[in-house]
Amino acid sequence: MNLDINQNHFKLFGLPEGFALQRDELDRVYRILQSQVHPDRFTHAGENEKRMSMQWAMHVNEAYQTLKKPIKRAAYLLSLHGIDPKIETNTRMPHNFLVAQMEWREALEEANEARDGVRLSALETRLQAEMAVLYREAEAELDQRHDYAAAATTFRKLLFLEKLGEEIHYAITELDD
Amino acid sequence: MALLQISEPGESPEPHEARLAAGIDLGTTNSLVASVRSGIAVALPDADGHTLLPSIVRYLPGGAIEVGRVAQAMQAKDPKNTIASAKRFMGRGLKDAHADNTSYDFIDAPGMLQLRTAAGPKSPVEVAAEILKVLRQRAEESLGGELHGVVVTVPAYFDDAQRQATKDAAKLAGINVLRLLNEPTAAAIAYGLDNAAEGIYAVYDLGGGTFDLSILRMSKGVFEVMATSGDAALGGDDFDHRLMCWIVDQARLAPLSAEDMRLLLFKSRAAKEHLTGNDAAQISAKLASGEMVSLKLTRQVFQDMTQHLVAKTLTPTRKALRDAGLGVAEVKGVVMVGGATRMPHVQQAVGTLFKQAPLNNLDPDKVVALGAAMQANALAGNRAAGDDWLLLDVIPLSLGLETMGGLVEKIIPRNSTIPVARAQEFTTFKDGQTAMAVQVVQGERELVADCRSLARFELRGIPPMVAGAARIRVSFQVDADGLLAVSAREMSTGIEASVAVKPSYGLVDEDITRMLRDSFDHAKDDVHVRALREQQVEGRRLLEATQAALAADRTLLGADESKLIDTELAALEQALSCTDHRRIRGNIERVNKATEDFAARRMDQSVRRALAGRDINALNI
Repeated sequence: MNLDINQNHFKLFGLPEGFALQRDELDRVYRILQSQVHPDRFTHAGENEKRMSMQWAMHVNEAYQTLKKPIKRAAYLLSLHGIDPKIETNTRMPHNFLVAQMEWREALEEANEARDGVRLSALETRLQAEMAVLYREAEAELDQRHDYAAAATTFRKLLFLEKLGEEIHYAITELDD
Repeated sequence: MALLQISEPGESPEPHEARLAAGIDLGTTNSLVASVRSGIAVALPDADGHTLLPSIVRYLPGGAIEVGRVAQAMQAKDPKNTIASAKRFMGRGLKDAHADNTSYDFIDAPGMLQLRTAAGPKSPVEVAAEILKVLRQRAEESLGGELHGVVVTVPAYFDDAQRQATKDAAKLAGINVLRLLNEPTAAAIAYGLDNAAEGIYAVYDLGGGTFDLSILRMSKGVFEVMATSGDAALGGDDFDHRLMCWIVDQARLAPLSAEDMRLLLFKSRAAKEHLTGNDAAQISAKLASGEMVSLKLTRQVFQDMTQHLVAKTLTPTRKALRDAGLGVAEVKGVVMVGGATRMPHVQQAVGTLFKQAPLNNLDPDKVVALGAAMQANALAGNRAAGDDWLLLDVIPLSLGLETMGGLVEKIIPRNSTIPVARAQEFTTFKDGQTAMAVQVVQGERELVADCRSLARFELRGIPPMVAGAARIRVSFQVDADGLLAVSAREMSTGIEASVAVKPSYGLVDEDITRMLRDSFDHAKDDVHVRALREQQVEGRRLLEATQAALAADRTLLGADESKLIDTELAALEQALSCTDHRRIRGNIERVNKATEDFAARRMDQSVRRALAGRDINALNI
């Protein structure tokens, strides 16, 4: 096995390449890897080994986060297939999706103005349900149909919703402060 | 299932040669040192049997310094020279210092504020170093030798400047810092290892001056921090201060002198502590003017006047839960840490929020130091076989850069597991722009003005291009201590600028050197002796580590490489007995250069072996 710090993250974790993920296995291998490379294991080693440990630990953390978070995992899979979905953000999104986006934004703005935490939480729950549907679509496109162009569109939709989710999260936090 | 058994990759020390290691909890109110002896972490007492050292330092004219109880006894008589709660000013500028601590003479120094004392201006870093020196000495006397290394704890919510200041203080006290460890994480280690805890736990840590709330997943010897939040300026001190204001109000006192203020703060603290186990407290004080204060305070009245402070801890608590994506039902237990958690209304509020009684089975004053001692013991390489655990901590605050319009672009979000590196590309705003100012900020807000500025540096020599054509890659790197380093590079020319994030709030190296010089008795010790000792320690460590690595993995080397390393090691060993620290440094660098590939190959091998063992291990679950 050729161990290269730049190798495919799925290979590093010994997981099949795909959107469907064995989360327990990912967590387990992550811990095995960190228990080997973490700087805490090298506090009295030489400078080379310390530097190496730092690089590896940072890389393992990055790879773990990429595979763990569905949106990052989808982006990573697309990039492995030579698609950079972000370059195409100006691609036209389906009309009904854009309309739905505007409705989401209005709902967020209203709840925010009313400083209504209950409505914000309800929005968050609805958003998560909608994202779950899109993730199932992405899984079918990436793992079964291998239709990466369709997956890229789904990913862009998810990107919109993810951003919205962050804004809702931020609004809830601000309200609590 | 037991965690996989893994040998120490760095080296394997002789079992009988345990390295002396200690954990220090540098607290706002009290500090203490602990160490693992015969496998058990214990707090080390002073000659009088006290383990807690009041974090109070008194400067006398002529240079004498008192630390701890002696200083505490003088705080009302000599308030300006007797510094308490210096931790609140670590890495802070004058504008951050709270107006309530007006008994000090602050000096608005660049970066961090200073305090005017009879022994001259003192930085909070110097004050903290005095406390650390006393604890270091206590540990060395108690353990019977020089300390190999120390884990120093910091509030999880400390920002980069505060962490750097703490590390500087340890350096000033002559301490080899193995790691800066977050206080709630230290408490989780002590609690988790003692109780074989598995599952998701919250640590509620209300100390003298800081509040932290961390949520951890403890699983098979791994302590993984999922989220942390807090308030770096909220603690037991604030309850004392609130009570003092009540006394002034009730007794209709005129504005207080510094002496009377310290006296009443002291009385307030005593009353607060009394009310933990009693329904009422009597407050009696004789002011400098001769005026007598005599008030009765019930627990209910005290709780009513401080309930807003308790409520202030619940906001970060909810935030951490949200960030971890958890509901309270998923939290298995809440570990209470810090003396201020003894207050019944704190216990009650936490119990109500989490819908369960908090865990109080560890001494809230000592648990942080005990956890730090366990971590120090492990980091020093003293862990016993099977006693294997791993800590995965996070950064508490997001790190980012200023972009056009005073907006913050976040590069590393809060709660990212450390160590972590992230890079992002930026471009120029104007045609022909040849320089770029990079402002590094920490915080959650969208505007730079609302975040803390950590550093500012300039990347010059960008070749003139049209706006938007240059590609400037800015890299952030946070190490295992939670400290940040930033570098920037123009991609087409390779022009580079980098900065260890210290200038805005931390101390620059010249300050440290000056303080070191000031703090030494010239006859006994000086900067040169210190530098020599540091290089000797470093050199010996490298020698031992490399010899152990060769013993284990010489097969990874070709004959020439092997010979070269042996030659360089022999040269280093010889250099270690000389008195020229620069020569030792040179040899250290030569060994490092010769072993570069070797280190990489060893790391690859260890990762490969761990992964190969994975499938076998899977059968055991």
